[in-house]
Amino acid sequence: MVIGERKPFDEIMKMLEGVKKIAVMGCGGCVTVCLTGGHDEVRVLSSQLRMARDKEGNPIEIIEKTLERQCDPEYVEQAEGVASEVEAVLSMACGAGVQFMAERYKDLPIYPALNTTFVGGSKKEGYYVERCQTCGECKLYFTGGICPIARCSKSLLNGPCGGSTNGKCEIDPEIDCAWQLILDRLKSLNQMDRYSSMMPINDWRTNRDGGPRKMIREDFQR
Amino acid sequence: MSDEFKSGSKLEKVLKSGQFAVTGECGPPRGADAEVIRKKCTLLKDKADAFNITDNQTAVVRMSSIASAVIMMQQGMEPVMQMVCRDRNRIAIQSDILGGAALGIKNMLCLSGDHQKFGDHPQAKNVFDLDSIQLINTVKIMRDDCKFLSGEEIKGAPKLFIGAAANPFADPFEIRAPRLAKKIAAGVDFIQTQCIFNLKKFEEWMKQVVDMGLHEKVYILGGVTPFKSFGMARYMANNVPGMDVPDELLQRMKSTPKEKQAEEGITIAVETIKRLQAIKGIAGVHIMAIEWEEKVGEIAEKAGLLPRPTI
Repeated sequence: MVIGERKPFDEIMKMLEGVKKIAVMGCGGCVTVCLTGGHDEVRVLSSQLRMARDKEGNPIEIIEKTLERQCDPEYVEQAEGVASEVEAVLSMACGAGVQFMAERYKDLPIYPALNTTFVGGSKKEGYYVERCQTCGECKLYFTGGICPIARCSKSLLNGPCGGSTNGKCEIDPEIDCAWQLILDRLKSLNQMDRYSSMMPINDWRTNRDGGPRKMIREDFQR
Repeated sequence: MSDEFKSGSKLEKVLKSGQFAVTGECGPPRGADAEVIRKKCTLLKDKADAFNITDNQTAVVRMSSIASAVIMMQQGMEPVMQMVCRDRNRIAIQSDILGGAALGIKNMLCLSGDHQKFGDHPQAKNVFDLDSIQLINTVKIMRDDCKFLSGEEIKGAPKLFIGAAANPFADPFEIRAPRLAKKIAAGVDFIQTQCIFNLKKFEEWMKQVVDMGLHEKVYILGGVTPFKSFGMARYMANNVPGMDVPDELLQRMKSTPKEKQAEEGITIAVETIKRLQAIKGIAGVHIMAIEWEEKVGEIAEKAGLLPRPTI
């Protein structure tokens, strides 16, 4: 899923300077699962904003709403009633959701309440880790199901650098060396031969380097 | 290893002649003053066969490796241009390879590069379009096949003697010799190792290298760094990733009176070189006297490596 982290409160307050009536718009997708932008977080952030603005003697009126997903026009449409009543929307979706909202509501400022951080998963509740960099050309077959692009700090494709120590990355003793993990796993899978051949130079066109990407299911284009 | 020279550099000729090679290192300044390099060159001249010019080492901005290498050549010395994958994509890499070769550079060392987190611009976007093994292969394709990575023909191939690093002390240990094999398959001609302090472990690695026959396919230069002080030894032991400084060496430096520690550091370096000379498969040494260039000559002299052969 897409992981997001809430922006610092002061930054959000600054974005809302001079605005008197907003909608705080949650998203029922990934950010609900990672506990940063769902229904509950909308309530908490809205209360915080009301209290802070009351304290300033500059109250703000807030409509709370959470859409099924903000990255889907069908659901974004459902914000129409609210959108017509407010001066701005504070979106608690990922960057994609914020932009889908902005594309639909052209005259309405849509502000991000989150920093979209990575594609990953939860190790346990409230603990999220990066696993994919969406390079567009999956290499997990060669690397024992562990991604060197997302998990090696230098995205090295042909093995660990000289800084791998006791299974940890040179940039931070808290970070596992991706290549140690890959090699351990290749060994246990009896696939060490996959390490010996050189991984060719990557074609980054499938990554963002080829420009903004799209995926089209032709059979659905009527 | 064939009879023809790949670049005709002095380093290549010394190694090919079977003589024990010596390389040194020269870190470019954090400024545009060429005089700093010239001064270092005066200290280093004739003390080794060729000298690495680091490429923004530890991700700290310095004068470029290519420019510094040219200043060194103007002093009649031979540089080894280092190049890291951190700061350039394949377009810039190939362009700089052509430029370096056109300016007369004949040796190049291919490295991944220290992560920018360690440097003075941790906010920087890193590149790593290629990794070090792919960089080796890139230079080889350009030199031997006269082609760019695109497959298009190069008019005037860059004749470079291709080097790379190897760190026998990093983990996981068991893939460190196979990793060298990968670099050889990619096209490397010579290797400079990480600073060697743990000779026992180094010998263990070299045994694997020799058992795999890799020493016959690549020239291996053992890395030697003298301790300036006990403080430096302790710092290297605790703070430099992938560095292996055994306790007995730390103790030896610690028990030496402060004013004699530098001398002791030199003595250890000389002893290390002598041990390395006895190891099968070692073709030379790479003396990295970090910001202590004036000692390279003394170490080489004491190790009986001077004068350097004239080729």
